Amino acid sequence: MSKVTKEEVRHVAHLARLQMDEKEIEKYEKHLADILTYVDRLNELNTENVKPTTHVLDLQNVLRSDQEEQSFTQETALENAPAHKEGKIVVPSVMKK
Amino acid sequence: MSLFDLSIKEIHKRLKERQVSVKDLVQASIDRIEEVDHNIHAFLTINEEKALKEADILDEANDAEKGLLYGLPVGLKDNIITAGTKTTSGSQMLKDYSPAFDATVVTRLTNAGAITIGKCNMDEFAMGSSNENSSFFPTKNPWDTKRVAGGSSGGPAAAVAAKEVFFALGSDTGGSVRQPSAFCGVVGLKPTYGLVSRFGLVAFASSLDQIGPITKSVEDNAYVLQAIAGHDNMDTTSAKIAVPNYLSSLQGDIRGLKIAVPKEFLGEGVDEGVRQRIHEALATLEKLGATWEEVSMPHVSYAVAAYYILSSAEASANLARYDGIRYGRRSPHATTLEEAYKFSRSEGFGDEVKRRIMLGTYALSAGHYENYYEKAQKVRTLIKEDFENILTTYDVIIGPTAPTTAFKLGEKTKDPLTMYANDLLTIPVNLAGNPAISIPCGFSEGLPVGMQMIGKPFAETTLYKVAHVYEQATNYHKEKPKL
Repeated sequence: MSKVTKEEVRHVAHLARLQMDEKEIEKYEKHLADILTYVDRLNELNTENVKPTTHVLDLQNVLRSDQEEQSFTQETALENAPAHKEGKIVVPSVMKK
Repeated sequence: MSLFDLSIKEIHKRLKERQVSVKDLVQASIDRIEEVDHNIHAFLTINEEKALKEADILDEANDAEKGLLYGLPVGLKDNIITAGTKTTSGSQMLKDYSPAFDATVVTRLTNAGAITIGKCNMDEFAMGSSNENSSFFPTKNPWDTKRVAGGSSGGPAAAVAAKEVFFALGSDTGGSVRQPSAFCGVVGLKPTYGLVSRFGLVAFASSLDQIGPITKSVEDNAYVLQAIAGHDNMDTTSAKIAVPNYLSSLQGDIRGLKIAVPKEFLGEGVDEGVRQRIHEALATLEKLGATWEEVSMPHVSYAVAAYYILSSAEASANLARYDGIRYGRRSPHATTLEEAYKFSRSEGFGDEVKRRIMLGTYALSAGHYENYYEKAQKVRTLIKEDFENILTTYDVIIGPTAPTTAFKLGEKTKDPLTMYANDLLTIPVNLAGNPAISIPCGFSEGLPVGMQMIGKPFAETTLYKVAHVYEQATNYHKEKPKL
């Protein structure tokens, strides 16, 4: 049984910055419900005193010296930008007119 | 006999003795791609002109002493960044993306004298087990072109199996090097997490991703790993360990080796043909001096569920960078900034990628974080402990790489969960971080079966030794598809 509502799917799609029509909302409602039902099997395990593993290597605070290094030129950095002008990236307006 | 039947060591010898030139090798690869790739579709981009130019330079320099990979054409999975050569990650989002820099593995291969002949097909952003999620076209299995090549490194594995390149690199987040290697009858290694730099690998799930070599033989595999392994300042998750000599691990025997065979790896869902080949392989290993015992890893059956939460959560964060602003697709229909994000992402990402972004965003969102994300992290700990426990008593864990041989194109595309289940034997290893290799161990109904060997962290040497000894005692890796 689905535990995901259409409203939740709409909210998650917005958080993920994905545009969806009603048909897609319905599709992902079902997909998410199916996957979450499957994932619920994790609750069979008692993990009360288990530490979460975020990372398999025992690494922390990897630092490097603060040295000046050659970086991309402005030209190179803009090479893949879909739109640019006078050395700056062009974006659509932030607010609706 | 074709040049592609020779080992890397044999080719190197001929190159040094000037029986072949680098140009011959590059031309052989180009000719073979021309001959068979219209059936296989292993490549997305072919660097013919550039590769021939590089061949001339290397022939001129005549510097084969540089290493065993000198002059060898390589196929790279298209999520490995190459300066000036299109890198799409199998996605419309990056259809025209031409990176400004090389991935560390590419720099290391180039320094060793290898030549990138082209970029290989893959499931979009490495999400998939069949290559059918490539937004361009599916790669076909060289053993039977009605079947999938596996995923997500289906292109690199098929290119090696079809003798289009001498070796290839893939990436493995939940089995993406090993499973296509098994399906295509080649050797694929997922190194220990942190052994190979991820700098310049298009990120899918950063705590699980690892680049690995795909080759015709175990020996070739060791040569490639030798060239790409080792600490890299550009990758903060790179391990600071001394890289062992993998070539010297190819000597000696396996007398006294202790093998664990988890009963969960040969349980329900594993095809009879696959199970039989694994038992035969274990018998061969026994003859060679090893012993094996059945063991239990009680938490591995939860790995797929934990993996889809964790990898999707990481993917949803990693893929947030595709906003249509600095690179990648920008929707022509957007009139506001928010529309630019939403439309670009909706038009640029395929179904499977959206599904995982949705799942990951859901799992990380307020109210669900503890139930899903944190729970999965804790289960990850239990799975890691399963591996640690078994590997204190045993040297390697052995089982099949995939529960079945290559399935038919279209067979599993309708049901994402069935497709996910295909990775149940490879996924636990990524969660634990251990190294694992898939090698050919025979055929079931004419299709290759892969045997998976899993070792202790940074014990690639053990895996290579066992795999090499087994390979020397069998001839499966020498059988190639008729194309």
